[in-house]
Amino acid sequence: MQVRPQAAFEWLWKTVGDVLDGPMRAIQSHIGAHRMAYVFLLPNLLVFGLFSFWPMILNFYIAFTGGQSVILANRPLVGLDNFRELLACPSYLDPRSCGVAGYSFWTGLWNTLFFALVQVPLMIVVALATALILNRDIRARGFWRAVYFYPVMLSPVVVAVIWDWILKRRGILNATLEKAVETWNSIAPNFLMMADYRAINWLIDARSGWPMFWVIFVYTWAHLGFYMLILLAGLQAIPRDLYEAAQMDGTSKSRQFWRITLPLLMPTMIVVLVLSLIRAFQVFDEVYVLTGGGPGQATKMMIQHIYESAFIGDAKRYGIAAASSVLVALLLMVLTFLQLAVTRKKAGN
Amino acid sequence: MGMGDVIRFLTRTRGRGRLHWSDWLTYAYLVLSLLVVLLPITWMFLSSVKSPASLVENDPRILPYTQLTVPSPTGGRDQNVFVHTRADGSTVEVAFVGPRGINARVYELGKPDTVFEVPRGSLARKEIVDPRWENYTEPTLGSTQSRTFNFLRYFWNSTFVTVMATLLTLIVNAMAGFALSKYKFRGRDAMALTIVATLLIPPTVILVPLFMTVSSLGMLNSLWGVIIPTIATPTGVFLLRQYMLTIPDELLEAARMDAASEWKIFWRIILPLALPALSVLAILSVMWRWNDFMWPLIVLTQSEVFTLQLGLSTFKGELNDNMHYLLAMTVLTLLPVTLVFVFLQKHITSGIANTGLK
Repeated sequence: MQVRPQAAFEWLWKTVGDVLDGPMRAIQSHIGAHRMAYVFLLPNLLVFGLFSFWPMILNFYIAFTGGQSVILANRPLVGLDNFRELLACPSYLDPRSCGVAGYSFWTGLWNTLFFALVQVPLMIVVALATALILNRDIRARGFWRAVYFYPVMLSPVVVAVIWDWILKRRGILNATLEKAVETWNSIAPNFLMMADYRAINWLIDARSGWPMFWVIFVYTWAHLGFYMLILLAGLQAIPRDLYEAAQMDGTSKSRQFWRITLPLLMPTMIVVLVLSLIRAFQVFDEVYVLTGGGPGQATKMMIQHIYESAFIGDAKRYGIAAASSVLVALLLMVLTFLQLAVTRKKAGN
Repeated sequence: MGMGDVIRFLTRTRGRGRLHWSDWLTYAYLVLSLLVVLLPITWMFLSSVKSPASLVENDPRILPYTQLTVPSPTGGRDQNVFVHTRADGSTVEVAFVGPRGINARVYELGKPDTVFEVPRGSLARKEIVDPRWENYTEPTLGSTQSRTFNFLRYFWNSTFVTVMATLLTLIVNAMAGFALSKYKFRGRDAMALTIVATLLIPPTVILVPLFMTVSSLGMLNSLWGVIIPTIATPTGVFLLRQYMLTIPDELLEAARMDAASEWKIFWRIILPLALPALSVLAILSVMWRWNDFMWPLIVLTQSEVFTLQLGLSTFKGELNDNMHYLLAMTVLTLLPVTLVFVFLQKHITSGIANTGLK
């Protein structure tokens, strides 16, 4: 006898449903059909409550406690000490003037701000350009869309391993550049000769800005496709006849872009901006595996500071980590409200 | 034929007339980005079967060449084989015994007794294409001296987490979506708003209390500690609720007439009808859970419960000099996702474009 997978699946589906139906029917006859809504909501609320709301409240409490215990009852209240340690700084712009915890916190904060302010505009511009190009009348659009999206599917660890391999001192990028200079010098006339290429330690050279550059590049490489996809969907939702009408009026292409494409794409752009900004402030995985926050603290981000305060090393400073989380949450809240305000103003016009 | 003719010939197109300059720019951009996006990954696939030596040298050739070796006649290390070009231009294959000054001591293959000296400049490596599958087998089967990459164990852990979390995510969120879209009760809208508002709580800033909660529930170093906190996603509730709103209430009324229980209505009517939304959420959930890094990093500290991502990052930290193993293990880690993507590419891209959520 042959078993078709679909039939087997349907049978399984039916059986599981029937098995669960027994207790559910009993509950229903007990509380009445219209109250079943609470039963359906219960699992979700339990998980939300236990793993989102409760931790959020707990976080505030932990921020005011000290010691190294994981058990709440064993954590002494220390008042504002944790915040004082993070905020007592002669100059916030120079983290080296702070204490140990403050140094780590402010370094992470400034690095994250720099990262977000460079990475987000860069990615939006490249994603928009790519979406515009894919929205043209090109062959094999599905293929190109898939190409750009593929890195989004890769895990942060895989992305970091690949780029670490490329960017090593004796990695492919240096080898390729060296070869390129060599080839150029072998064919170029004397006055155009270049100096011999000296391998750069892309991720380790502390005095150059390269580590931060590559962190931004790799992160953008990994996430571009996602935002490109959303923008492309937004572009394809713009009615074609608007362009046809503009064409008939003799409107130039660039004018069409500024007057039709961009205004109609604005709602999508705002979604992309909000999402990418929130994500950029929470950057951790790729950077942590790629550089470990190094060289020194050059690419150490906010979340890495929280993670390391709490979970790395002998001194598990849960209080400092929780206090940092509170400060980050405040920052994110201010940002979100700013964005909402800007969005509402835009929508109002 | 002048230069102009050549250019005209090269730019000739069928049908649409000449390519506009912007078309050229478009294709140039596409080709360039193809290089930036796919070259690193393709190159890694190809390099994962290369020998350690050719990886250290950054051998630019596509195929995995390795130098041919022959067993030493005296029982020492294997000897490398070179092609020796004689003064008259003829060539002969020789095995390398050792250096002497600027010369090399070699013997012709098959005649190990007559060792002679030749200038090193006259020797070229004898190379063959030989994929080194040991890059894959040695770490996974545990035959390296250093740390092993327990692929099957990690793979199983990752699969267990992904499948369980996705199934639970679908059921738990569909139940909530059903309650919020098909019932009228006090506080419903407030509830819906509260759930969506949790989107604003970045999971990254509640790391410490979440860790303490999970640890007090005894779920540290357990895969359930990775699974359970993730199964209620505001994204999922929102997505499913919006979709279920479009299912007509008459269907439910008709079923109630037939004395179907509320659970049966949910399981046999709502879920099958919500399949498109469920499959989008399933795809998202698989992607999220398979690639998760930070939360497993905190909950799982023993290597028996590592997921693939944790295994790979630990392997990277400890074996950074053994690129040949690391690349092979990276390929193993990204292979499942790549296969899923190749087969479901259309569903994934259109699903994400429609929901705008990752």
